[in-house]
Amino acid sequence: MSTASVPLPAWINYGLIPLLNLILAFLFSGLVVWAIGESPFEALQLLLIGALGRGEGIGFTLFYTTSFIFTGLSVAVAIHAGLFNIGSEGQAYLGGLGAALVALAMDHYVPWYVTMPFAVIGAALFGAACAAIPAWLQAKRGSHIVITTIMFNFIVSSLMNYMLVRLLIVPGKMAPETRTFLPGGQLPKLDWLIAMFGGKIGAAPLNFSFLIALIMCFLVWVLIWRTKLGYEMRTLGISPTAASYAGIRYSRIVMITMLISGGLAGMMALNPVMGASARLQIEFVGGAGFVGIAVSLMGRNHPAGIILSALLFGILYQGGAELSFDMPGITRDMIVVIQGMVILFAGALEYMLRPSIVRLYQQLTGK
Amino acid sequence: MSLDSPKEPAIELVGIDKKFGTVHANKNINLTVAKGSIHGIIGENGAGKSTLMSILYGFYHADHGEIRISGKPVTIRDSQAAIAAGIGMVHQHFMLVENFTVLENVMLGAEGGQLLAKGVASARKELKRLEDDYGLEVDPDAVIEELPVGSQQRVEILKALYRGADILILDEPTGVLTPPEADHLFKVLRVLRDQGKTIILITHKLREIMAITDTVSVMRRGEMVATRKTAETTVEELAELMVGRRVLLRVEKGAANPGAVLMSVRNLTVKDSRGVTMVDDVSFDVRAGEIVGIAGVAGNGQSELLEAIAGIRKPSSGEILIHGKSVAGVDPAGLRDLGLAHIPEDRHHMGLVLKFEEYENSVLGYHRDAKYGRGPLLDLEAMRKDAEEKIGKYDIRPPNPRLRTANFSGGNQQKIVVAREIERDPKMLIIGQPTRGVDIGAIEFIHKRIIEMRDAGKAVLLVSVELDEIRSLSDRILVMFAGKIVGEKSGEAGEQTLGLMMAGIAA
Repeated sequence: MSTASVPLPAWINYGLIPLLNLILAFLFSGLVVWAIGESPFEALQLLLIGALGRGEGIGFTLFYTTSFIFTGLSVAVAIHAGLFNIGSEGQAYLGGLGAALVALAMDHYVPWYVTMPFAVIGAALFGAACAAIPAWLQAKRGSHIVITTIMFNFIVSSLMNYMLVRLLIVPGKMAPETRTFLPGGQLPKLDWLIAMFGGKIGAAPLNFSFLIALIMCFLVWVLIWRTKLGYEMRTLGISPTAASYAGIRYSRIVMITMLISGGLAGMMALNPVMGASARLQIEFVGGAGFVGIAVSLMGRNHPAGIILSALLFGILYQGGAELSFDMPGITRDMIVVIQGMVILFAGALEYMLRPSIVRLYQQLTGK
Repeated sequence: MSLDSPKEPAIELVGIDKKFGTVHANKNINLTVAKGSIHGIIGENGAGKSTLMSILYGFYHADHGEIRISGKPVTIRDSQAAIAAGIGMVHQHFMLVENFTVLENVMLGAEGGQLLAKGVASARKELKRLEDDYGLEVDPDAVIEELPVGSQQRVEILKALYRGADILILDEPTGVLTPPEADHLFKVLRVLRDQGKTIILITHKLREIMAITDTVSVMRRGEMVATRKTAETTVEELAELMVGRRVLLRVEKGAANPGAVLMSVRNLTVKDSRGVTMVDDVSFDVRAGEIVGIAGVAGNGQSELLEAIAGIRKPSSGEILIHGKSVAGVDPAGLRDLGLAHIPEDRHHMGLVLKFEEYENSVLGYHRDAKYGRGPLLDLEAMRKDAEEKIGKYDIRPPNPRLRTANFSGGNQQKIVVAREIERDPKMLIIGQPTRGVDIGAIEFIHKRIIEMRDAGKAVLLVSVELDEIRSLSDRILVMFAGKIVGEKSGEAGEQTLGLMMAGIAA
């Protein structure tokens, strides 16, 4: 019989099963590492120490985590309304333009905490604008949101190339990037946060946007589970026919959801653009939008789960970078393979173990 | 359970036991079905009939127990094994490829080789023989989607016979049939029985049991509570066995006291998504304090009519008036504000969000009301308190507003919808299939609530494919066929008359 409908306690659903999936992913990654002649245990040790061993490593890990929280939330909000937003990458990229324009306009005149709220709004508005056209096409014309958001990733990429190479580039420079923002356009480092735990942040770019990300997690939780809008989004996401019966307007919810989703993706830009490099650079998103899909799925589309899975991917990014530095046999591509394993086991194969766990659980509880 | 039968048993189930988690779906079931007989199995929804048949057909595996076919113990691992053991199943929802011909559907899965031509020729011959032997006339080259439902069902039966079935299981076979089509089916079943086939008929319709079966077994809460020879039992006894207490089969209601017209439909035409006209120039009124029933076989436009009135489907022409004013362009939310409540036909896809917790569903459509939260926020406490009140008043079980809606039985799910729509105290109530898949006890309860609404001066429009339900509740009956209202009768109209009108034969 199908075991998918058998209810399991939350600690199995949200604790044990993801943990077992993760262990499987590491097991298979270990086999790959072993196959190329390196020690899997040493590799795992290096990865963990690189990500969590020192204050600086933790700073980098949380920096990546911040980006993944934003894009993960972006994907999750859309999924709750039954929309698969593959465009977080492009929305974040365009969000960078919004943040950068605010920073360039204000950094001469005001301190960072005055610039920040405007930058948050700017990034969100530009991200939302990028999602608006696919949303409208889905709501009014039935063009599939997956296709249109993918296409917009390319459109935004070309647009940003043009902007950076032709308009925003510093005259006389070769690099396609804006000028460096003054402190009034930068987000401060969270050195005190790392210092609280006795570490030193060093060169790590962990910055104030980490706190913005956590606030957004809370706001998204309120939105989805405590507001009438969230109720309508979830109704539409689970049952479009029930939504139409309840008088929930499809096009309205699709538009609002995608604008929020795009806005959250756009805010991701605050982290690298205003927090780390203090300028708008080409291809600064670097795949974080796509990682957001895995983060959201693995985090069960819940903000708390997203924080945890974003942290996991942060560890993989930072630890992986250290690992490929320390172990010459393991290249950057190997790290991508390991990340792929995590996505495969935690995302695509997430229900692989479930039937046997259900049976075991039923035997143990004697039901 | 041993009935002294001269015939040897075709199937014996011995001590079948099955649990799903905490639900004990089948408790130590013993059942003997005589060869060459029609054996009915009745029981409320959730009594375990479907589970038992699914075990017999290899969809589920029993935790304990033994299945014997013609006296020999067998293990039925999957439906392939069931077919090999001579068991055929006709599902409630047909398993046919709509754009294939009859012949192609019958052959499907038994093509016999990589190349089709040879298989087609022999299948055609075999099909012809089966049709002649059992009087199952169907054109082998007709495309399924162009056949009436009754013929599609015959194709399902042919499919099973083609695979060599000696034992046929029919799951609620008459749910989609007109009364004449059902009569035809019964004729076919009798021929099959007389030719030596064994038939198990699963149904919740007591009348069918009395009309066609030789033996009947009653299930209640996972147990086989009784087996009777049909000739030696009565409808009342069976109903009591099913529910476990005495039930009123006929609703008691006084005379209607119709008032002003609250809801009117004028020359309404509605098309479905493919552009096919489903409702064709329909007009009628519903007054305060009366129940207007719309009878008809499923698929004759009733669903589209209801959806149009509820504001879910846009009519292509004509208008709907509420309190004499056109409501063109008003969405379901706006119609609710005008006092229109809607109990939809399909609670699984429309009336409820099954993944939601019970209390979330008990506000669906009314979630914007100020009492469920000020401004943009939802007040979960208020929602739960409200849900608990409805649970108490409507005896919804288990009484837990935090339980996932999917985990309630069909009858209790329907009560959640009924409670939500009626407790809002609407002026008009439109209802589709109020008791589909609902057990007898809950049917009685829901019918009483509907009558109460009428007596409180509400305008009630009722659509049902259950003719009994229409006849026992309605003050006036409109019969719908092929998108048109083909006639109007009083609530006392005879079944025969209505049946012929539903089949489009007499007006």
